[in-house]
Order: sequence, then structure tokens, then C-alpha cells
Amino acid sequence: MTFPRAILGTKLGMTQVFDEQSRAIPVTVVKAGPVKVTQVKTVATDGYNAIQIAYGDVKKVNKPAEGHFAAAGVEPARHLIEIRVDDPAQYEVGQEITVAEVFEQGVKADVSGVSKGKGFAGVMKRHGFSGQGASHGNHKKHRAPGSIGACSTPARVFKGMRMAGRMGGEKVTTLNLEVVGVDAERNLVLLNGSVPGPKGTVVLLREAVKARG
Amino acid sequence: MNELQAVESAHVRDDVPDFRAGDNVKVHVRVVEGGRERVQVFEGVVIARQGEGTRETFTVRKISFGVGVERIFPVHAPIIQKIEVTRRGDVRRSKLYYLRDRAGKSARIKELRD
Repeated sequence: MTFPRAILGTKLGMTQVFDEQSRAIPVTVVKAGPVKVTQVKTVATDGYNAIQIAYGDVKKVNKPAEGHFAAAGVEPARHLIEIRVDDPAQYEVGQEITVAEVFEQGVKADVSGVSKGKGFAGVMKRHGFSGQGASHGNHKKHRAPGSIGACSTPARVFKGMRMAGRMGGEKVTTLNLEVVGVDAERNLVLLNGSVPGPKGTVVLLREAVKARG
Repeated sequence: MNELQAVESAHVRDDVPDFRAGDNVKVHVRVVEGGRERVQVFEGVVIARQGEGTRETFTVRKISFGVGVERIFPVHAPIIQKIEVTRRGDVRRSKLYYLRDRAGKSARIKELRD
């Protein structure tokens, strides 16, 4: 299998397992794949090398998508994603990719997903500000940000000033999670540590970029 | 059984005896000291048991040289060689934290008679 190796999956939740030294390891269980290759892009046809993979059940398919899947000879799926590959010749349209082919125990993975929405959050939670004193005469400003700039020069607040606002619900990637185990029968991957998003979130598992060397 | 439980079931031990809060137990723990392995016994009363699946733990309390000592074990940890139940206790609650504030006569637990 060429690099980079990647697959789509669904986060099932967290639990713990024991290793040989009887240490409890916190793991996230992800049901990954199987995914189908729906398109192979090459330098000759598209200007770059990539594969497109499909994952997940879908209830309703619109006409353009239906045609795209029909052309590939693949059952329509909910999620389509493109992955850059070094050698597209290794893949063919309609090919099925399973977890066991992508990951094995001990390798590192990067996991991307949409994080849990936190709603409208203040600066302490959103940006890690320290807040203000609990006492010393402070009145109703305990979690407030403090100064957001100077006075008549520049007479405005600079762009990008960190303030309160919507937090979470954005794409987050967790790097270098160790693959603790792979269950080929049930298509499960066990990752050491936590993964972005709530249970049931669709995540992209990729071979760790920083472990490629 | 959902798939999360299926993952856990591989790590859940089936040789765990039936015990609950109030019981006296001997926990045989494997200790590795300088490459040598030996078994250490921690004996005391179970004052709490919580969690489920592989995350389940229990707390054992004993009085060692006049000092109360508590140790929390994961029920399914491979480090535990075996758990022996030496005495069944007759208690009305699942968490016996009140024992921490008691000593001597008032810290006794009735034995369960069937």
C-alpha cells in the first residue's frame, strides 16, 4: 500500500483496555470503512494524483450524485472524500478498502473530525484568558477580557482581536494517535487518546504526517 | 451487545468472584521488583464498587499500623492474580464511605447470614 494511507470512519465512543504491563490505556473506538474507490485521478487526466473514496449509508441521492456513483459502479454513499496519493496506478475504481489494509497495531494516525459545538463561549473558555480577580473590589467582571485596545489612537479595535463568540463545531485534527488495535472482523480501530467530535461523528483517519519522516 | 462492549469484552475477566461493598476480600496483586515478580496480598473491606465494563473499579480499605489505607483496583486488571472473598458483610448501602470517620467498635460490619 502506498502512502498516504487513509480511511473514513465513525466514532463509536471511548473505553479503556489493558496492555501487557497491566496499564489501562484510554482508547477511542472508531468503526472505519470499508470504503469504495469511486474515482482515480492522475496527472494525465486531472493534473494531480488522488483517489476519491465513498463511505456511509445514504437515504436519498440526487441525480448528479447518482450519475457519479453509477459511472463508478459503486453503491451511493453519504460521504465522498479525496485523498492525495503518490501512485494512483495501485487503485482502481470500485475497489474496496478496509481498515486492516490501512492500519496495523503500533502505527500512528492523524484523526480529523468536526469538534463538539460549545455555543457562544466567553474568552476564558474560548481563548484561555485568565479572567479577572475574584476579589479586590471587582464587580461583575470576573470572566471579562479586560482591555481590548488603546484610546483615541488608533480609535478602533484591531481586526482579529480575540473575543467571545461561537466555539466548537469546526474541523479539528488530532495528530499522532497510536493505533492500539485493529479488529478486521468488525472493522474497528482502537486509538490511544481522544478524537474530535461527539459519538457518531464521521472522522477521517490518516497515516500520521509527522511520523512519515 | 453494541460494538463498544464487544471491544471491552476481550478485556473483561470471567474469573472475578461475586462480591460487593461490605465484603472482606484478599486481593492478590502481582508486583514486579527488579525483574522479579511476586504476589502481594492486600486484605481489607470493600467500601465501594463503581463503573462497568473494563472501567469497573473497587476500593478496599484496611487499617495498617493504626492508619487507614485505601487502594483502588480495576476489577479486570491483569495485575490482579485473584480475588478471594473471606467474609460477606450485611450492609444497606453500596458506598461505605462512612467507615472513614469511624474506628474500633463502630466501624464493624455485621456478617451476612442466609
